[in-house]
Amino acid sequence: MIRRPLRPLARILAARSSGENPDQIEAEARAERMRAKLRAERQRAEIRLVLLAGVFLIGFGAVGMRMGVLAASEPQEPARAGSDAGIIAQRANIVDRNGAILATNLATYSLYAQPHHMIDKTAAAKGLADIFPDLDAEMLKIRFNAGTKFLWIKRTISPEQRQLVHDLGEPGLQFGPREVRLYPNGPVAAHILGGTGFGREGVHAAEVIGVAGIERTFDARLRDPANAERPLELSIDLSVQAAVERVLSGGMRLFHAKGASAVLMEADTGQIISLASLPDFDPNDRPRPALEGDPADSPLFNRASQGLYELGSTFKLFTAAQALDTGQANVNTVIDTKGPLKWGRFTIRDFHNYGPRLSLMDVMVKSSNIGTARLAIGAGTARQQAFLKQLGFMEKLPIELPEAGRSKPLLPKNWSELSTMTISYGHGIAATPVHLASAYASLLNGGIKVTPSLLKDTTQPVEERVVSERTSRELREILYQVVERGTASFGAVDGYKVGGKTGTADKPKHTGGYHKDKVIATFAAAFPIDDPKYVLVVTLDEPEDRSGREPRRTAGWTAVPVTSEIIRRIAPLMNLRPSPKEAPAPAAGPLQTSN
Amino acid sequence: MTDMVYGPVVSAPSEPVLPRWWRTVDRWTLAAVGGLFLIGLLLGFAASPPLASRNGLDPFHYVSRQAVFGCLGLGVMVIVSMMPVRMIRRWAVLGFVCAVIAIALLPVLGTDFNKGAYRWYSLGFISLQPSEFLKPTFVIFTAWMMAASYDLNGPPGRSLSFVVAVALTLILALQPDFGQASLILGAWGVIYFVAGANLVVLIGLAACVMVAGMIAYQNSEHVARRVDGFLNPEVDPTTQLGYATNAIQEGGFLGVGVGEGTVKWSLPDAHTDFIIAVAAEEYGLIMCLVIIALYLTIVLRALFRLIKERDPFIRLAGTGLACLFGMQAAINLGVAVRLLPAKGMTLPFVSYGGSSLLAAGLATGMLLALTRVRPQDAMSEIIGRGR
Repeated sequence: MIRRPLRPLARILAARSSGENPDQIEAEARAERMRAKLRAERQRAEIRLVLLAGVFLIGFGAVGMRMGVLAASEPQEPARAGSDAGIIAQRANIVDRNGAILATNLATYSLYAQPHHMIDKTAAAKGLADIFPDLDAEMLKIRFNAGTKFLWIKRTISPEQRQLVHDLGEPGLQFGPREVRLYPNGPVAAHILGGTGFGREGVHAAEVIGVAGIERTFDARLRDPANAERPLELSIDLSVQAAVERVLSGGMRLFHAKGASAVLMEADTGQIISLASLPDFDPNDRPRPALEGDPADSPLFNRASQGLYELGSTFKLFTAAQALDTGQANVNTVIDTKGPLKWGRFTIRDFHNYGPRLSLMDVMVKSSNIGTARLAIGAGTARQQAFLKQLGFMEKLPIELPEAGRSKPLLPKNWSELSTMTISYGHGIAATPVHLASAYASLLNGGIKVTPSLLKDTTQPVEERVVSERTSRELREILYQVVERGTASFGAVDGYKVGGKTGTADKPKHTGGYHKDKVIATFAAAFPIDDPKYVLVVTLDEPEDRSGREPRRTAGWTAVPVTSEIIRRIAPLMNLRPSPKEAPAPAAGPLQTSN
Repeated sequence: MTDMVYGPVVSAPSEPVLPRWWRTVDRWTLAAVGGLFLIGLLLGFAASPPLASRNGLDPFHYVSRQAVFGCLGLGVMVIVSMMPVRMIRRWAVLGFVCAVIAIALLPVLGTDFNKGAYRWYSLGFISLQPSEFLKPTFVIFTAWMMAASYDLNGPPGRSLSFVVAVALTLILALQPDFGQASLILGAWGVIYFVAGANLVVLIGLAACVMVAGMIAYQNSEHVARRVDGFLNPEVDPTTQLGYATNAIQEGGFLGVGVGEGTVKWSLPDAHTDFIIAVAAEEYGLIMCLVIIALYLTIVLRALFRLIKERDPFIRLAGTGLACLFGMQAAINLGVAVRLLPAKGMTLPFVSYGGSSLLAAGLATGMLLALTRVRPQDAMSEIIGRGR
């Protein structure tokens, strides 16, 4: 930087010598500097003003662009109250194995009021009370005048009701869309489907969440918007399920039972074709859980997968299977059935006295407790435990229902030899009918263990053999004989070869000990028994056949005829061709009765 | 005596006031202001009847008031725009002192109209918001100070005006009125920028403002809520912003039609801060673009006229006023389209509001007076510009 003196010395000296006023020159120099500075400022200001103009152009331009973008975009529904952001109201359908709808969604409306917009609150209250008989006009009036700006009146209303409310012409009554879950088949498969309830609620949507059954187990899968178009496919067959429930409900009424359940399972895969529990409910209007009384008597209680029952003589098949498979006995081995069998203070009796000795086949056909107990004690406790564990009786059910988590069978705390003997004929162990069905399926399908499932697309785990092919064949013959000439002679169905084992167990008292006159009657059947495709387990809770002189409660008189009627109805539905056979003489009653 | 020695004063035949005004004033800006006012009235017909009916008034109560105050404001604008620059400077600085005193007395004498902030003086028929008048007069004061600092031995105008700006910002922020505070600070920054700010200092000051903003965000729930609402990608549809966004979307390009809009029923500030939402819904994007174009015309014309200006005070004052006007409009529009966090600020000449209209008239009048065509420096200066 070159410093220039404020007083240009040369010029001032020259001026002095010529006698001029040097201050003038100094002032000129100062003025020139001032002008130069202002010029520089001005030039800088010009650039900066252009910059500012550019900034405003960009700023207003951005606002204009943004408005253009907004104007070009689609408006969302305006919300009036509450934030519905994030509520996704599309739930995937549930269908049966053939694609028939089991659960779907229905668009309805919710009704709410904004009292500050109302013209005539009294008239509105009266009009609403006329449309909805469960509303009280006085109560509504009080609520309208309470000073709130928003109140729910009805969570869901039908289109007809909506039109009636429209006709009231009251601007303070408003509607919000509301999807509800619809079960078009009513109570059919109620326990499988479970039901839904509303979660988070907004005016314009409400979250539908599964509260029980499949709806709850697969809640996340069903709610995931990515799956909205992909229905959840169950292994259930709707028409079979409906037929089973119909027959079962008839049988339940006929035998004055207080409850009943049925499990129909594909023998090779463990897929459950039908699972019924009575009494049932309508999932469209799911009742509240009872707060008092035995929850096991509630319609919500799923007897098939939740009810733990002593299943009685149906367990004898496991004892026989074990004996046959280990080579401990064959079907013709003679077994001592002389009774009563005393074990310590405990005595084991048969329903009738079947004589001092029976072949293994006859032990099963006549259902001898003594013979089975002797077989079991011969095999030993450890092997029995291992065998039952293999069949799944030590674990809770692997099926896709929330209550399966509580379905671990009740086992004796102290597994004594006496326990071994009672368990051999189905007492002292309590399991669900689904447990029983999958054990039967595993034994009868050739000896491969199955895992029960409610889904159509399941992959069975690695094949696990339970018994040999040969044992499986012998067991099928035993079951066939039970129906042909044993305790389940009512189980024969024209055109279909049915095999099965009955079980009648006295119900335990809450106070300990057993009821004398209350039983659980079970029939575990397989058909066609030559090459079982399906296993069907039917249970009746406290059945009584009152047609005779004294009430008959054994499974042969109660559960078996219900089962055979079910098979007669559903076998054609499942494309099983009846084989022609000369009609057998109608049986006057079970050839053998036994527990 | 003087006449006898020097002869009579020769008065050049001067041009009459009005023709000269008309010749020198920026008529495009005048037209744009008139257009904005008319649009404001038109929108007021749509936006204010719901409020009037809520308050139990004649449906067009607010429209007629808007017309009265608008004419008043436009009259003020015309009169002020005729004033000589020196007169404007004197009166504005005096007015600035009055406005500062009025703001200082607000907590004692003001009313809050139950809105939680003491910003108004109630004068019966009109409520005055002194901060509206503070802004333009502050601009004049700052420009005066900075221009004076150009003189040899002039006062340290930049530092002085900076101290005043910070003090006013603090007072306004404590009211709390963050919108006006940011405008004051922004106007000062723009004037300082054009006055030849050292960019390092300017950036440092901007950083300080950011820090102050962060402190406000952390300590004031009011600020935090608005900033959070802005940062949140999901618009809560029940907020004013949500309604405004929805209104713009509903309107589309051509609008839903005159009187067919619904946003005015749900937006509490439809006639003031969010008037653009009503415009967008009923008249569509076209109306919004027209409004934006009018504001842009006013600001850009003023700035380009000031580029030629030689006098530092006029240049700085004009820049400050034009930018104040532009910033206010841009912030209001930017909030409505969610480019900026929610901030209560009126749209000059369009929004309803007595003191807003009067202050806008005053400010624009001053701007027009400053941007009038006037003789500039010697020809040599103009020719020598390239050096």
